[in-house]
Amino acid sequence: MPADERRQAAISGRLREEWENLTREEDVKKIILAAAAFGMLTGAAFSQAPNFDDPAEFAKQRDQLTAAFNGPADKPYLQYAGDSMADTSKFKKEGPWTVCFSNAGVNNPWRVVGYTDMTEEVKLHPEIGTFTHVDAEGSDDKQIADIDDLLAGGNCSVLIVSPNSTAALTPAVEKACAAGLPVIVFDRGVTTNCPVTFVHPVGGYGFGIQAAEHIISNVPAGGKVLMLRILPGVDVLETRASGARNMFKEAGLAVLGEEFTDGDNAKTKSIVEDYLQRGAIDAVWMDAGATAVAAVEAFEDQGVDVPVVTGEDQQDYLQKWRDLGFKGIAPTYPTYQWRTAIIAAVNTLKGEQVPSPEWVLPQPAITQDVLDKYINEKMPPLHYAMCGCEDMPNYPQAWGGTK
Amino acid sequence: MSAQSLPHIAATQRRLFKINPVYLLVVALILAIVVMNPAFGEPTGYMNYLKRVTALAILSGGALYVIVSGGFDLSVGSMMTLTVIGSSMLASNDPNSTYWIIPLMLGMGLIVGLINGLVVSYLKVPSLIATLGMMITLNGVAFMWSGGAPRGYLPDTFRFFGRYNITDIPVISLLPVAVICLVVFGVILWWGMHRTNFGRMLHAVGDNQQAARLAGVPVERVRISAFVISSLTAVLAGVILGGRAGVSVNIGSGFELQAITAAVIGGAQLLGGRGSVPATIAGALALEAIFTLLNLLGLAQPVRLVVQGLILIGAVAFATYQRKRAGR
Repeated sequence: MPADERRQAAISGRLREEWENLTREEDVKKIILAAAAFGMLTGAAFSQAPNFDDPAEFAKQRDQLTAAFNGPADKPYLQYAGDSMADTSKFKKEGPWTVCFSNAGVNNPWRVVGYTDMTEEVKLHPEIGTFTHVDAEGSDDKQIADIDDLLAGGNCSVLIVSPNSTAALTPAVEKACAAGLPVIVFDRGVTTNCPVTFVHPVGGYGFGIQAAEHIISNVPAGGKVLMLRILPGVDVLETRASGARNMFKEAGLAVLGEEFTDGDNAKTKSIVEDYLQRGAIDAVWMDAGATAVAAVEAFEDQGVDVPVVTGEDQQDYLQKWRDLGFKGIAPTYPTYQWRTAIIAAVNTLKGEQVPSPEWVLPQPAITQDVLDKYINEKMPPLHYAMCGCEDMPNYPQAWGGTK
Repeated sequence: MSAQSLPHIAATQRRLFKINPVYLLVVALILAIVVMNPAFGEPTGYMNYLKRVTALAILSGGALYVIVSGGFDLSVGSMMTLTVIGSSMLASNDPNSTYWIIPLMLGMGLIVGLINGLVVSYLKVPSLIATLGMMITLNGVAFMWSGGAPRGYLPDTFRFFGRYNITDIPVISLLPVAVICLVVFGVILWWGMHRTNFGRMLHAVGDNQQAARLAGVPVERVRISAFVISSLTAVLAGVILGGRAGVSVNIGSGFELQAITAAVIGGAQLLGGRGSVPATIAGALALEAIFTLLNLLGLAQPVRLVVQGLILIGAVAFATYQRKRAGR
């Protein structure tokens, strides 16, 4: 697989970065500063770096959204695209195993839900004797040291890595591979093919496409779209936006503006209010759902009909969508990939075949006709509905829900 | 007779000349906004703006007490976070819970303010460090409490203060509850700072702690009270911001610096001893007006950040210059 393509897919995990997480990352700060300086020089909006607007990757992800996946349809966390498999017989090992997990962080609600999926999945496998979790707290340096410590400890049967950032963690992952450990990478990727597999859903373009298609089919040509984004400069958020932007252009919709909300509800509400004062808005496109409810409330509080507002699979947005009956859609970046990472590790240690070099999971969008299926008022507002966890023994208490 | 009235006129003229530039700044910014966007002159326009600024305005008014006493309170932003997260955890969708949750949160604010004040006054930890530590601690508490993701909604009764508009009012047609809160708490804070003996002692402590002590001011008590007021206003600001925007894990972060900025734009002296509540509230209005104006200009976000930073520096530099010229 071409390195570019792999990298593009690899970074899809980055979309998860909430701003508070991102601002802790030095490199992102630099990107923002550089972007600010660039914007000042040109006096223009961010111009698109070509690697954030790759037509081949766009087309590939567009196809994957509707492609047939292998595996049981009712267990999306077991499904995979393509037929390429890795032989893992050389990693076969008798239990009990020690499964080691180096985690980029548990610092936003999406990761909290995902990590719960993962610990619950561990409980389903009696062969796993010990599950060792080290939290890098959003720091590349800490994660590199964490992986070193795990390797030095010598107890790990398998290493699962959810990298904090792609480039910085690649050498650490290579080092683990060289030590002879089977390595499973998921969420964000690395630029090496040495891991057994890289587990991730379709990707950033896919997310942008699903939201944009919904807007295009519900807004007449010439309609005005406001694009709300968390932050500039983060590759996968950029791919979501560039995918959608291209589609709006093609469909003849006018983009009123691209605004950055920092993932802040209050700021989001202010931005939408300001745009509303300047004229009508036919649709709001969002690159992540955390602030979607604030955007909806801006219309509600002004006494204006809520137009098409896209979101994500959080309960608060899904319920708002149902209650107000506007035209919503929830593209997802499914948290069930955290389960899949454990399953991939278990299959590897059993010597069974594993989809490789990538385990591409389905990335469904929640649409009006399946909305009720995903709403559960007993779950917390920022519970991500596409968790694939409803069949687990401790659901819903482990996720903060009540029976 | 005429000899007596002459100095009076001169004094009036001097006072006019000395008018705090922050008021001129606010008027200029608002005029610019109205020119750019006539819809701002409609009630929904300016009421939205006032609603938006309320949390920051109240917070800055409280933060000013600490600034005037010669300290900083960096813990107010995380106190807001804790208020919103804690309230959402406790409310569990019960509309009747608001009546005990807000007093409970105020109680927590009281304790946090007391700790800040005691640590600064008796352990002699510089306020910058003491409240930085408190900021980190409170963020940790909020994180532990929620487990990293909010676990509940804020009921509509809680969101009433930040979100609800009273409609069908003659002339202004609608009046957000937040704006009433702004006026009420603004007046209370003004009264406490400028019309009470406590306010005078606060200025004295910030101006010269030794002199104040020798003059019989209970320095420790005054400083502790300032931190308590600051924390209490942070809780109120949290209730209003949470009401306006809903629950999110990082709500309120960054407000501590915005509050200090608002006070400085309003002419407060960072090392203590001088500051005005109305001018600080005007500083908050100016800050929000700058954001709004730059939004309306439709500049790209990076350009906006640059302009915003430059305006802030310029406004403070201008205010300082004006005061020097006016000999204050």
